[in-house]
Order: sequence, then structure tokens, then C-alpha cells
Amino acid sequence: MVSEGIEDEEKWLAEGIAGLQHNAFYMHRALDSNNLRDALKYSAQMLSELRTSRLSPHKYYELYMRAFDELRKLEMFFKEETKRGCTIIDLYELVQHAGNILPRLYLLCTVGSVYIRSKEAPAKDVLKDLVEMCRGIQHPVRGLFLRSYLSQVSRDKLPDIGSEYEGDADTVMDAVEFVLQNFTEMNKLWVRMQHQGPVREKEKREKERSELRDLVGKNLHVLSQIEGVDLELYKETVLPRVLEQVVNCKDEIAQFYLMDCIIQVFPDEYHLQTLETLLGACPQLQPTVDIKTVLSQLMERLSNYAASSAEVLPEFLQVEAFAKLSNAIGKVIEAQVDMPVVGSIGLYVSLLTFTLRVHPDRLDYVDQVLGACVKKLSGKAKLEDSRGTKQIVALLSAPLEKYNDIGIALKLSNYPRVMDHLDSGTNKVMAVVIIQSIMKNNTCISTADKAEALFELIKGLIKDLDGTPVDEDISFFCFSLMRRIFKEEQSSVARLIHMLHNDDPEEMLKIICVVRKHILAGGPTRLAFTVPPLIFCALKLVRRLQGQDGDVDGEETSATPKKIFQLLHQTIEALLSVPAPELALRLYLQCAEAANDCDLEPVAYEFFTQAFILYEEEVADSKAQVTAIHLIIGTLQRMNVFGVENRDTLTHKSTGYSAKLLKKPDQCKAVYACSHLFWVDDQDGVKDGERVLLCLKRALRIANAAQQMANVTRGSSGPVTLFVEILNKYLYFFEKGNPQITSAAIQGLVELITTEMQSDTTTPDPSADAFFSSTLRYIQFQKQKGGAMGEKYESIKV
Amino acid sequence: MNYIVGAFKPPCNITITFADGRTGKQVPLKKENGQTVMVPLFQSQENIVGEVSIEPFHGKKVEHNGVKIELLGQIEMYFDKGNFYDFTSLVRELEVPGDIYERKSYPFEFSTVEMPYESYNGVNVRLRYVLKFTISRNYVSNMVEYQDLMVRNYTPLPSINNSIKMEVGIEDCLHIEFEYSKSKYHLKDVIIGKIYFLLVRIKIKNMELEIRRRESTGSGPNTYVETETLAKFELMDGAPVRGESIPIRLFLSPYELTPTYRNTNNKFSVKYYLNLVLVDEEDRRYFKQQEITIYRLQES
Repeated sequence: MVSEGIEDEEKWLAEGIAGLQHNAFYMHRALDSNNLRDALKYSAQMLSELRTSRLSPHKYYELYMRAFDELRKLEMFFKEETKRGCTIIDLYELVQHAGNILPRLYLLCTVGSVYIRSKEAPAKDVLKDLVEMCRGIQHPVRGLFLRSYLSQVSRDKLPDIGSEYEGDADTVMDAVEFVLQNFTEMNKLWVRMQHQGPVREKEKREKERSELRDLVGKNLHVLSQIEGVDLELYKETVLPRVLEQVVNCKDEIAQFYLMDCIIQVFPDEYHLQTLETLLGACPQLQPTVDIKTVLSQLMERLSNYAASSAEVLPEFLQVEAFAKLSNAIGKVIEAQVDMPVVGSIGLYVSLLTFTLRVHPDRLDYVDQVLGACVKKLSGKAKLEDSRGTKQIVALLSAPLEKYNDIGIALKLSNYPRVMDHLDSGTNKVMAVVIIQSIMKNNTCISTADKAEALFELIKGLIKDLDGTPVDEDISFFCFSLMRRIFKEEQSSVARLIHMLHNDDPEEMLKIICVVRKHILAGGPTRLAFTVPPLIFCALKLVRRLQGQDGDVDGEETSATPKKIFQLLHQTIEALLSVPAPELALRLYLQCAEAANDCDLEPVAYEFFTQAFILYEEEVADSKAQVTAIHLIIGTLQRMNVFGVENRDTLTHKSTGYSAKLLKKPDQCKAVYACSHLFWVDDQDGVKDGERVLLCLKRALRIANAAQQMANVTRGSSGPVTLFVEILNKYLYFFEKGNPQITSAAIQGLVELITTEMQSDTTTPDPSADAFFSSTLRYIQFQKQKGGAMGEKYESIKV
Repeated sequence: MNYIVGAFKPPCNITITFADGRTGKQVPLKKENGQTVMVPLFQSQENIVGEVSIEPFHGKKVEHNGVKIELLGQIEMYFDKGNFYDFTSLVRELEVPGDIYERKSYPFEFSTVEMPYESYNGVNVRLRYVLKFTISRNYVSNMVEYQDLMVRNYTPLPSINNSIKMEVGIEDCLHIEFEYSKSKYHLKDVIIGKIYFLLVRIKIKNMELEIRRRESTGSGPNTYVETETLAKFELMDGAPVRGESIPIRLFLSPYELTPTYRNTNNKFSVKYYLNLVLVDEEDRRYFKQQEITIYRLQES
């Protein structure tokens, strides 16, 4: 059916063209023989082809263009005819004898064009007559094309200022009046199309209308080209009249297109000066009109205009552009009840973009926009629609991108309120954006207030909103992905914590307290990520305080290390609920070390106690135990605040736990590591040679036992690595001057290892062999070096 | 044969000529046989002055019982063929009975002749003015020669010329208001006006203005009315909506109109009407007819 319709149309067009060409042929003949009567007759017949109702606008245009070309020739002929003695007035009458109106009016416009050019009558009178007479065509398509023809032939003949057709004082007004009238009539015809024909062809009609819209819009373009239309005239006449037509036509398509046209064809400075009028029209448009796009275009243009030169900025202030735009948007949203939320947010995004570009210094404006947005969103459920949330993210990101300073955003009281309206997913995305902005710009968060505001802002990351804990209700299928995203989010929070800094310890402590308060609310899954950076942040402060010991004036300041340690203690305790004992243990040890540096023995002792308790009660995994015990040993070794008693307790505990590890090799390694606890290579460190030897001997025993166990269970003894390692410890203490470590003992150990290696049951292990031989080489080297050390080694034979 | 024919052949040539170079003011006149001839133009109260010359053929004499010339104003009804009604009849005797041997001219003059009606060539009726020159003869039929005249009478600008303004409509369907600037138009006039649509509930396709001529002849039960549409002038293309106002500008000059004749000698009248026609998409016609008066304006 449809294709048949198109075929028919092709046929009709072909017929139309044929008829047109046929009559054009006779018209040409008449033109060549200067036969006016025949010329009129055949031109009228030719133009009769345009009376068809069967063509779509697209095809009609094709026919029209052919007729247009022919009319140019006719116009030339009329011009010559007036030179031959036929007066233009006679011609003007003669063409009106045609019985059919459409050909008559095309001919009238054509002669009218010659008439104006002849200057025998004022251009304005001829134009007025033409535009009036064209009312006879009430058929939308035919009328639009006829008037478009009129517009075309009159374009260069308007009585504009500076034009050769300029008339009396009101000449521009006449030109404007003409174009406005033609525009109004064309728009009426265009709008009328919508209401003619069957309802089921609505879509087709709308398509056809959009094909014709430029014919209407052209008039606005012509208006903008009139030299005499200055700001004054535009403000007083042109714009009000155009808007009147736009508003009154009550047609969705026309209103949208024409508003856009107005914005595009007239200069920006005019828009700026007439903002109130232009914006005043917006709420009066049909509710279905996409005002959002229109206003966005306007704001876009205005911001570009503002960006084009700094000189125009005062204009913006003078006309209170922001207030007007903001007001208009409010009214539009109010008027268009059905506008989806995404639409209104879109408007606010545009307004915000405008504000940021034109008034970057006016934070209150920015806040105002956000406030209006909050108002719009309030009372509504959280946005689920992805386009809406995207718009809000855009809204919130804009100030960050502009100012590159989170401090600015934090000053905006409405900023967090907007964020509250995001669903938790988008809220997190936005929070990550904020953090990224901070990281990118290396912004330092330097006050507790800011920190408070910031963490309030990103609370989507900090704690579970909506009461839905993370990772619950998530199927296994997407678990790993969710987990990864979660990790990334939390890592960014962790990075953020490191951006907090203030040189004043008091303030810094406050910041830490604030952050602590927030992150502790985050639930067990987050703490593992957020507590460590906080702890280190606090420890950094402790180190700073410790560095300026002299300044501490007793009790007056609250930011004392002691106080901080209390805080830290409580914070780490929170990790126990996670549970993350290993992490907590490490953090306790870190704190202990810091306390040590601050000379706070009881504090350090307490931390160690906590670490041990954790070790005893929470660390069950044997591998974790190994790691933990080594950490404890390592830290303890470096402690120097402890008195003998405390130290004994702790070292005793350590060695005790070392020996109780599950696997023999682990036991052995831990025990020989413990040896360092009794020999701190400092000026006034502990140097208890006997207990060192005790440890090493014990290690040897364990190593032996391990060897035997291997023999029993596998039929071959394990590698000799453990022995070599113990040998290295011997050598270390030997060199450090531990009197209990004798060259004989070393000698013995070397021989033991050699024997072991030659034993049949030993599993050969190249790495152990290499380790041993390089140890031997070291001994050799020390011997040959001579001096005090060489003498010491003298007695060892290898 | 020739002899017999010769006996009935008119024995002379008759020529009627008009004085004072009337030749310049000649207008075409369509004869019954369809031929167009040029005839002199007169108006009422004019003197009709001229000369008739008789030129007998060589060697012939014209015997006659008198020579006269008449000016006749006749109305001829086509349904009553052959019956002329003379409303004007003026006679000038030019010669007493006698013989004419050679060429002879008779000047004649009708002074300030009353010719109240214009020449008219209608569908059912014709009004004509004619000069009838008669040579009365015994035994043989009279010799008669006719010369048509064209009479046009001019009217000054009417002192009262009201516009025609009217609101018409079909209830809840179509209401229009139309206005023609004048009720009286001269033959080269322009009809200016506008149509204002007050209510449009039908789908109008187009609108045209017709000029109709209504010629009625006879009287009483024998009245014949003939209506012709002389002009069809499209005023509007497409369907208007409420509030539209459509201009009218119709030049009368291209159409062959006559002035309005009201009750010409109780025999006939010719009236003109403007008929405004609206055609809807089902080709139904809605119309309103208004009489206008057409007059011949005295050209200055």
C-alpha cells in the first residue's frame, strides 16, 4: 500500500512536471515574440500545476523549484515589457485578471518585484499589498510555498535603512512589519497542517511539517538580517511580536522550532538584553514542548558569549542574567507539571554550567542552583532512572571540574543535599568522583570542619546507606566483580585519608577524630580498608609531636601523644569486630613502636599486651602465626623503653611462643630470631650473650629434631638449610663480640654441616649447598682480611 | 433568365454616410449572422446628421412614390421572432414622388434625438437603433437600406454609493461576513472587499466570486428569465479557520458587461449580481447572491 502511494506520487509529480514544461514551452515562445497576452496566459496555465493537492511537501518542493526558475524568466520579461511602454501599473492589474487565485498571486508577486524595482511606488505599499493578497491561499502547503516565494523575491527589496528602497522615517518599521506579517501568516498555515486530515496520519503529517519548517524559520532569518533592526527595535517590536505568535499558536512543534530559531538567528547581546521577555515566554509554551533543550541552547550561547570577551561580563551583571534565568527555569518547571525529573535536572545542569562560566566568583549562585534542584527533588523517591542520575552526577561534577577544589564544593550547603537524592550506587560513583578530584588536584583538607563536611558528602562510601549492608544479597555470580568495585572504592577512601593535613596538631587531632567517627560507622567490611590509613595518619602526627618535644607545655594542649594513643587503641579495637586480627596485630605493633619512640613505656607495653592477646586468642592459622611471631620479635627487638622486668616478660613470651609453633623448621627459625631480642646492637642495648647462646643452642636442637623427624617420616633427612642459617647467626654474634660464641663452636657447627651433607641420607639441595659454600667463602674472606676481625677468625678452620 | 433577374435587381446603389467624421467613433457590433461590423456610436440627445446618396445604375431610372429616412429604436424578442416593437420612430421625408435618373444626395438630420435606452444584444432580447432609408415604389417592393447605430448612455458618478455588508451563515456550521466596498460599479471598476470568517465547521475547498447577469424579458406569465455567469473568479484556495479575512479584488474590465437596465420600456431588464460561492470538500456549494448596479461612467 505504502509503496503504491509513493509510486502514485512519483507519477503525479511526473505529470505535474510535464504539464509545467509544456506550458513553459509556450510561455517561452510568447516571451521570445514579446506577446504579453500569451505570456500571461501560458504562465498562468503553467502555474496551475502548483494547484495540486496530491503531492507531499517534499515532491511539491520539486515542482515549485521548477516553477520558480520559470518565473525568473518571466520577471525579466516583465522588466523589459515596462521598457517597451507597458506601464508597470497596467501589468500589475493585468496579472490580476487571472481567474485562478494561485497562478494569479504568483504572477502578482513576480510583477510586484518588478514594481518595487521600478520605484514607481514606495516599496512598502507594494509589499503590503502583496502580503495582504496572499491571504487568499489558505491551503497550508500551497500557502507556505507561495509566501516563501514572496519572501524570496522581496528579500533584497525591503525598505531597510541603507537599502535603495528605503522609504520615509518609519521605513524600517515597514520592512519589519512586512516580514512579521508574512511570518505570522506562514506560521498559522504551518500550525494548521497539524489539525487537518485524519488522525491516523499524524506521524506522517508531523514528518511533512518538519520538512516545511525552514520555510517558516527563514522569515526570522530575514528579520535578523534587516540592518535597521537594532536592539531597541528588537526589544520593543520584533521580539514581542514574534513571541506573541509563538505563544499563541499553541503548537508543540512550532513552539520548539521557533524558540530555537530565535535563539540561533539573533545576536547574543540582544538575547542578553531581552532575557526577561524571552524567558517570560517559556512558561507559556505548551507543556509538551522540550523547553529544556531550548533553554539549554540559550544558556549555552550566552555562556559562549560571556567567554568570548571579558568586556561583555558587566552586561550580564547589569541585566541580572542569572536571576532571570534561574527564575525562568523555576517557572517553567512549575508550569510543566509533567516534565520528567530528568528534564528539570537537565535544566539545572545547563544553568549551573552557565553560572560557572559567567559568574565563577559567585558561589552563592551555584549554591542557589543546587538548592533549587534539591527543592525539585525533595518529596520524590530516590532517582532510579539512569538518565536522571547521570544528570545529577553531571550537576555535581561541574563545580568540581570548574574550581578544581573540593573546598569550594564543601562550602555549598546544598551540595550534600543533592547527593542525598542519588541512589546508593550513583552516590558512590559521585563520591569516587569527588575523591578523584581531590587526588588529582592534590587538595589538602586542612580543617576539621572541612573534613566533617567532606565525609558527610561521601558517606555513601563510608557507610551503608539505606540499611543494606554491602555484599549481602549479592549472588555468587557477580560477587567477585562487586568485591573488586568495593575494594577500589574503599582504597580511594583510604587514599583520601592521607590527604588530610594540618600543621597545627590541635586541628589535626580534631580532623582525625572526625574521620574516626565517620569510618567507625562504616561496618566491619570497610574497617579493614579505612582503619590502617587513619592509624598511620595519627602516627604521623605522633611523630611530629615527638619531633617538637620541647614545645609541649604540659596539660594545656589536648594533642598529646598519650591522648592520641588512647584514641588509636580504641580505633584498633574496632578491627576486632571485623574480625581482622592479623591486621590489628600489625597496627598494635606499629603503635607500640611509636609509643616507644615517645618514651611512653606503659603505652607501649599495653600495645604489646594487646598484640599478644590477639596472637593467643585470634591468630589460629599456623602460617599467620609464623608471620605474626616474626613481626612481634622484630618490633620487640627495637624497643628500648622497657624496663628489665617488662622486657623480660615480653621476650619470655616471645621465645615461648616461638618454640610452640607447629612446624619444626618454623620453630627453629623463630627461636633463632629470638636470639636478637637479647642482643641489641646499640650503644646501650641489651647484650645478654648467654641467653643468645641459649637460643641458638635451642635452635640447633630443634633443627636436629627436624632432621631426625624427616629421616623417620620420609627416609631421608631434609636439607641442611636450617643449620646453615644457624651458622650465620653464630657468625653474626661472633663478629659482634658475644663472648659466649666461640670459634670452637663455629668450627663444630661447620663440621657438623659438612658431615650432614656428606651423609647418604641427606637429600641434595643445590640452594642449600650454595648457601653453605658462600658462608664458608665469607669466613675465608674474613680470615684473609686480617686486622682484628682476621685474628678472630684465625682459629676457625674450614 | 438574366432578364428576369435584371428586372428584380435594385436599380440603384444606396449609401448612408454620417457627417462630421463620425468614422473615428466607431464600435464593433455583432450582427445576427455572427459577423462583426463597425458602427458609429451615439448617445442620447445627440444630433444624427448625415447624407444618403442614391446612384442609379447606368441607364436606369428609379421611379418612386417618395423617399424617406427613419430613425427607429426597436426591441426585438427572440421568442416573438420577427415582431419588432418600435419605441422610437422619427421620419424625415426626403423627396416627393418622382423619378431619379442620376446620382442624388439627400442630407438628413435628427436633432437632439431622445435615445433613452442603450443598444443591447442579449440572450432573448435585442435592443437596437437603426436608420431605415426607404424608396417607396409602386408595383415592386420598396427599396430599403438599414444602417445600425450603437447607442451608449453615460451616467455621472452616483452620489450615493453604499457598501454592501452582510453577515450570513448556516447555524453552527458556517458564519461569514462579507463586504463589497460599493453597490454601484462602473464598467471598468474594481470590486474591492473582504470576507471574514466568523465560524467554520465545514471543510471548505475553495471560494469564488461570480458575476451573473440576469436578463428577464416579457411580463406576467410570459416572463422569460435567463441567467448567465460571466465571471468566475477564485478568491480563496484551501480551508480557512475562524478569524481569517480574505481580500477581494476583482477587476471588471476583462468581462463583457453592460450597465444595469431596469425595466427597459416595460419589455425587459438586465441585472447584475455578485454571487459568493463556497465549495466544500464534498463539492457542496454554499452561496449568497447580491445585486450590484453597473453603470457606464462618463469618461472625462
